[in-house]
Amino acid sequence: MQPAIEIAGVRKTYGPVTALRGIDFEIRQGEFFGLLGPNGAGKSTLISIIAGLVQMNAGRISVMGYDTVRQFRQARRQLGVVPQELVFDPFFTVRDMLRIQAGYYGCGREVWPWIDEMLDRLDLAGKSGSSMRALSGGMKRRVLIAQALVHRPQVVILDEPTAGVDVELRRTLWSFMTELHRAGTTVVLTTHYLEEAQELCERIAILDKGALQVIDTTRELLARHPFRFLRLRLPEGAQLPEALRPLVAAEQEGTLELKLESGRHPISAVFMALRDAGVDIDDVHTREPDLEDIFIELTGRSAAPAGASA
Amino acid sequence: MTPDQIGFVTLLRKEVKRFWSVLGQTVTAPVVTTMLYLLVFAQAMKDRASVYEGVSYTEFLVPGLVMMAVIQNAFANTSSSLIQSKVMGNIVFLQMAPLGPLQWFGAYVLAALLRAALVALTMLAVTLPFVPLPVTSPLALVAVFVLTGASLAVMGLIAGILAEKFDHIAAFTNFFVTPLSFLSGVFYSVHALPPLWYHASHFNPFFYMIDGFRYGFFGHADVPIWQSLAWCAGFFGVASAICLRMLVTGYKLKK
Repeated sequence: MQPAIEIAGVRKTYGPVTALRGIDFEIRQGEFFGLLGPNGAGKSTLISIIAGLVQMNAGRISVMGYDTVRQFRQARRQLGVVPQELVFDPFFTVRDMLRIQAGYYGCGREVWPWIDEMLDRLDLAGKSGSSMRALSGGMKRRVLIAQALVHRPQVVILDEPTAGVDVELRRTLWSFMTELHRAGTTVVLTTHYLEEAQELCERIAILDKGALQVIDTTRELLARHPFRFLRLRLPEGAQLPEALRPLVAAEQEGTLELKLESGRHPISAVFMALRDAGVDIDDVHTREPDLEDIFIELTGRSAAPAGASA
Repeated sequence: MTPDQIGFVTLLRKEVKRFWSVLGQTVTAPVVTTMLYLLVFAQAMKDRASVYEGVSYTEFLVPGLVMMAVIQNAFANTSSSLIQSKVMGNIVFLQMAPLGPLQWFGAYVLAALLRAALVALTMLAVTLPFVPLPVTSPLALVAVFVLTGASLAVMGLIAGILAEKFDHIAAFTNFFVTPLSFLSGVFYSVHALPPLWYHASHFNPFFYMIDGFRYGFFGHADVPIWQSLAWCAGFFGVASAICLRMLVTGYKLKK
């Protein structure tokens, strides 16, 4: 089966700055795929190239087998992109905007029932006659999502769709996207909220400094991490034995998080060291590594931008 | 219709709807402004300026003012639409859509022509009861109108592509469109000018647009109609070639 998106040798420079250093990977048909990376990694540049907003300096991209440059019309008809910025046309109502967007893709009245369905599913039915400029930020985001889906594309790219949106919209969006994915749509997601990517994505690619750091299934990515985490709360004034100090990965409000390498640092050895030093334990938890740990391991940075919270 | 044709018609309808939704600003206002020019200049100049034999100054003025409104509104329609889309960011909807350069070009230019036609017809409908005009050569009239409206629409597209903010469009309007349209013989016959300005006027493409349009009404003008048509067609051809090249390469539109 041909890939949903095929990216081969894609390079992009902005003057002296290299945004993409030769990216090669494929996104398979029917996947829920995560494209992750810290700010400035090149994710948005790559998405903009796929969408036709930015020209690459070298390389080739195809969507459902259609070259995005030579066969741009066919490629774009297979693709729906939810842009990161809250852009809108102030001259039109929500319903007008969706019908116009459908028309650009060669769709006529046959998609009007689908437009009504999307308005319902995204809780926009009550706003269908409202001017775009009168909508709140969350409502505008919903319209952007509907616009990307209006021509029923086989591949959908969501560029940070949940940045700054409330919990209700997140829940609505993910339930809708999961349903579309089950029906065979390929979904590509970029997000700073790694728990979303971990929960939804079957495969993940991590970009950093314009290069592909890793691409694997979410399960394999998590399994390849050789660490486990042990959280300890010690009685007030108690000191961690010196031998355990190098294992401390984080310390917050009296709770210590120890990073233990599988096979090398058994949990029992930690407890023995504490017992030998005569240190009591108030509370203890273990934590499996999550995508955030993998991300930091590969990029040396956190995925969440300053001030963001999931 | 094929999907490509639906895309083109959708963009055309969207552009028409855009100016239609603010008709007071896009049609009524230019008509009122131009009527004020007509009132003031007709009153002030009717006994002072001599134009063609058998044609009163007011009759002479009307086609020039109509064409000036066509020039300014065709330019304003495409340039303001494009710069608004760029500044608001909603141009991405068009850029991500499966629309080619010819569809962009055709839809924007045709929508601007429709606005220009609406302005011109409204002006003629308002003035004709007071200033009856003959129509000697309807073919020349339509040809010059279409070539002029389309040329200025294309110039507006070029300005919209080059501009990064509204100020840039204002500069194009204030330093290019308005001076050239005022100095094109709207208010006078170039034969009344001193030799230097008379010759300089012949390098102003807007002069041929207005002169050719007058020919359509009166059957005579400052230069032969074929010369006006050749200038209008040449201007449209060169402007279109530049504009299409910009759209094909994504100049200033794609990073």
